[in-house]
Amino acid sequence: MSELIRRTAAELSGLLSSGEVSAVEVTQAHLDRIAQVDGDVHAFLHVAGEQALAEAAAVDTARKAGEQLGALAGVPIAVKDVMTTQGLPTTAGSKMLEGWIPPYDATVVRRLKEARLVTLGKTNMDEFAMGSSTEHSAYGATHNPWDLDRIPGGSGGGSSAALAAFEAPLATGTDTGGSIRQPASVTGTVGVKPTYGAVSRYGLIALASSLDQAGPCARTVLDTALLHEVMAGHDPLDSTSLTDGYPDVVAAAKAGATEGIAGLKIGVIRELHGGDGGYQAGVMARFDESLALLTKAGAEIVEVSCPSFTAALAAYYLILPSEASSNLAKFDAMRYGLRVGPAGVEAPSAEQVMAATRAAGFGDEVKRRIILGTYALSSGYYDAYYGSAQKVRTLIQRDFAAAFGQADVLVSPTSPTTAFKLGAKLDDPLSMYLQDVATIPANLAGVPGMSLPSGLADEDGLPAGIQLLAPAQADDRLYRVGAALESLLVESWGGPFLAKNTLEAMK
Amino acid sequence: MTSLSQFAEVLDYDEALEKFDPVLGLEVHVELNTHTKMFCGCSTEFGAEPNTQVCPVCLGLPGALPVLNQTGLESAIRIGLALNCSIAQWCRFARKNYFYPDMPKNFQTSQYDEPIAFEGYLDVELEDGETFRVEIERAHMEEDTGKSLHIGGSTGRIQGAEYSLVDYNRAGIPLIEIVTKPIRGAGDRAPEVAKAYVSALRELLRALKVSDVKMEQGSMRCDVNASLRPRAEDQDAVPLGTRTETKNVNSLRSVERAVKYEISRQAAVLVEGGSIFQETRHWHEDTGITTSGRPKSDADDYRYFPEPDLVPIAPAAQWVEELRATLPEPPALRRRRLQSEWGFSDKEMRDLYNGGAVELVEATVAAGASSAAARKWWTGELARLANQQEKTLAEMPVTPAQIAQLQALVDGGQLTDSLARQALEGVLAGEGDPEQVVEKRGLVVVSDEGALGEAVDRAIAANPGIADKIRAGKVQAAGALIGAVMKEMKGKADAARVRELVIERLAPDAEA
Ligand SMILES: [Zn+2]
Repeated sequence: MSELIRRTAAELSGLLSSGEVSAVEVTQAHLDRIAQVDGDVHAFLHVAGEQALAEAAAVDTARKAGEQLGALAGVPIAVKDVMTTQGLPTTAGSKMLEGWIPPYDATVVRRLKEARLVTLGKTNMDEFAMGSSTEHSAYGATHNPWDLDRIPGGSGGGSSAALAAFEAPLATGTDTGGSIRQPASVTGTVGVKPTYGAVSRYGLIALASSLDQAGPCARTVLDTALLHEVMAGHDPLDSTSLTDGYPDVVAAAKAGATEGIAGLKIGVIRELHGGDGGYQAGVMARFDESLALLTKAGAEIVEVSCPSFTAALAAYYLILPSEASSNLAKFDAMRYGLRVGPAGVEAPSAEQVMAATRAAGFGDEVKRRIILGTYALSSGYYDAYYGSAQKVRTLIQRDFAAAFGQADVLVSPTSPTTAFKLGAKLDDPLSMYLQDVATIPANLAGVPGMSLPSGLADEDGLPAGIQLLAPAQADDRLYRVGAALESLLVESWGGPFLAKNTLEAMK
Repeated sequence: MTSLSQFAEVLDYDEALEKFDPVLGLEVHVELNTHTKMFCGCSTEFGAEPNTQVCPVCLGLPGALPVLNQTGLESAIRIGLALNCSIAQWCRFARKNYFYPDMPKNFQTSQYDEPIAFEGYLDVELEDGETFRVEIERAHMEEDTGKSLHIGGSTGRIQGAEYSLVDYNRAGIPLIEIVTKPIRGAGDRAPEVAKAYVSALRELLRALKVSDVKMEQGSMRCDVNASLRPRAEDQDAVPLGTRTETKNVNSLRSVERAVKYEISRQAAVLVEGGSIFQETRHWHEDTGITTSGRPKSDADDYRYFPEPDLVPIAPAAQWVEELRATLPEPPALRRRRLQSEWGFSDKEMRDLYNGGAVELVEATVAAGASSAAARKWWTGELARLANQQEKTLAEMPVTPAQIAQLQALVDGGQLTDSLARQALEGVLAGEGDPEQVVEKRGLVVVSDEGALGEAVDRAIAANPGIADKIRAGKVQAAGALIGAVMKEMKGKADAARVRELVIERLAPDAEA
């Protein structure tokens, strides 16, 4: 096993630019690691080995030729399979798109290519990003490197598991209700959902357009910031893309680690602090410990109340299925993807083929949400369901505005529990949905959020996560506080805990 | 279907109008002439090979997102302003969800309860010059669908077809849908009002330069809603009847015919005690009838909701005012101005308008012809030829500049009227400008007195009986001799001069 896979992206960046290692060596080390462990982890749906080595070789050539390269040039990355990649299969975890090769790159993917990152492959996910465990992938579940019998979170469990298993130093994610933050939380990694509109949605296979946001995943706050910087930026192809307000997140991460956070006001959200939310004791213990560290570092902890958050989950499960039912209508076998003829019909009509294909191509969770959304948008129900949910959304935005009047950042546990066993919640969608109770408000309000590891829960020895939330377009605050807390925690642990628990364990 | 078999008859139109009051509603879809589609950069050029003007966005590929065409928005606002509408200060697109193979996303990006323009009117001029105000409910933006071609089967419709092909070149072309409020009070003139409205709308859109408005190419498409209610003293107190929506009525004449047919058909059903079903009907251009399509009801559920992929539209008031300043002179006012400039009577102007010749005459005058001469050409010889060839005047292969040139040749004495008609024939045959045709065909007035005199002498010798009549004082008989001379000279002689020569020889004392 090459030592290169232990390195952070920031470290690899240094080694590559000084010429100590080549991009081909770094890429090969990660491809070897994937070959070694991914049979067990199943983080990847598609590994693009040859293409990755060719991209890496091109970076090495460019570097030798003296070209000016970005900080992450030659650093490998795993791309969530919800992002279109020209020439590489893109399935969004669904049978519906089995074998589909997109003719175009998502803007995020184009930006990665322009920054000369090396794409290792595409990572597993819950079908069309619907789920919190990656068990809803049509291609089989991903396993948590901490314990292969447990879920790696979802929908972006492939990306989080790839990071935790040291198969990649960086990965992309998308977060509609927590799909970046919850997997980060249960795998002991870092994930950020930027402000809505900060990263282009062009080329992301849409789940819920008004909630979806792509973001960076990594093992450290600084790495996440480096990737965030590459991914974010205005895109004329996405009309909801922000035209301004992109703070310097890398500088913020560096400042947080070195300058600390004395004087910062940190708000604990009362409604997301234990209580009857099904919070695991070990998760709460680690959360309170983090608060104590922050206090010790000079931050002021205040309690804030966001009463509308209690309605967030209900509103979310009306808005998301409504938008999803419409976004997923395009999968109809007419132009691309799966086509299934109805059994026993000799000359089926287009309508029959559509129905048969959708019946065969979508998994149960997707069907469940399409049905929910179709119902919620129906005339006569629209006002009661979709309309009311939008009102809740406005109230949640007001709660955030009030809370940010009292505190610079807000904090909560990311997920109420550590990673649960594969299959434990498959027959109980509601308890699965509750995994996202703390992450959903940020999507409804469009504000940025980060999850970083807060330590291991005493009862099961599995990682717990702490969530930081900042006002829209103040993503830099997440990095400043996140990096400060990260260095305090690592110091208290006597070093990063991930390598010991997943790297050594999976040799 | 039962309505059709049970009450296949139509009621005599006049009788229908005695018993019922028709109420119309017109929905006109107009393709904007922007260079690119509504939400992507694909070309909108008409007639390209199928599926060559497509991209991830207009094919609805996974991940693709729409971005609003600003020129499309500008056109929509200008149309709204020209229709005397209010312009929304803030509005959104909405998704209209339904499954159909020619809809790439299985929803149409449209506008629902927040149209860009609303509450306006259009004053339309009827054939007798009377003005009728049609109230506009809304004008909203949307994208066109692709086009399905049903192969096999006899009707070209999906029923009976073996398979269908879809061309997505049209998918995403910007459309404006203009919806009238119920048009009441037109009475027996309802068909004429419908036609005049579509015609006036077309004229307005052409003046705005926002659309090709070619009904035959589908860049302007009309759906006709019609309903009947019993005649009553207090007509306004009678609620509206059930309406039918006749789709794709795509010529001015068809609009008039379809309204007339629906009035007669619905009246026949109602007098028999039947009821009208709310349904979509198909218009058959060839037979002039409508047939039942699919039932339509208010329960059709498109599950509209605000389009989350597009940001709300909030046109700045100042921009709207700037656009208002770009509006062309309203067509009716413009016609009145031109009429007085040209010195035409009301009837002459109306004929010009109804014949679609106002712009052509205007351009001919601009190219140097007198208004009288321009009118004479376009409503005379050209109207006759166009009618013969079943074309519109605008479709005739001659430009106003060529007509002006032709008239200049006549005015300059180089061509007689008869020669000018021959020259026009050459122009229409694609032989070039009038001067080139004159040159090629050798169409020159013979002014050689010697040659003319000899021809006159020959005509007199060949027609002694006629010559005697003229000698006896019947000067009006000279026409026959003039005709013979003109024939011999192949029309290249000046008829007036020939007449002089005949009279000189046979009846020098007669009054010319
Ligand atoms: Zn396109």
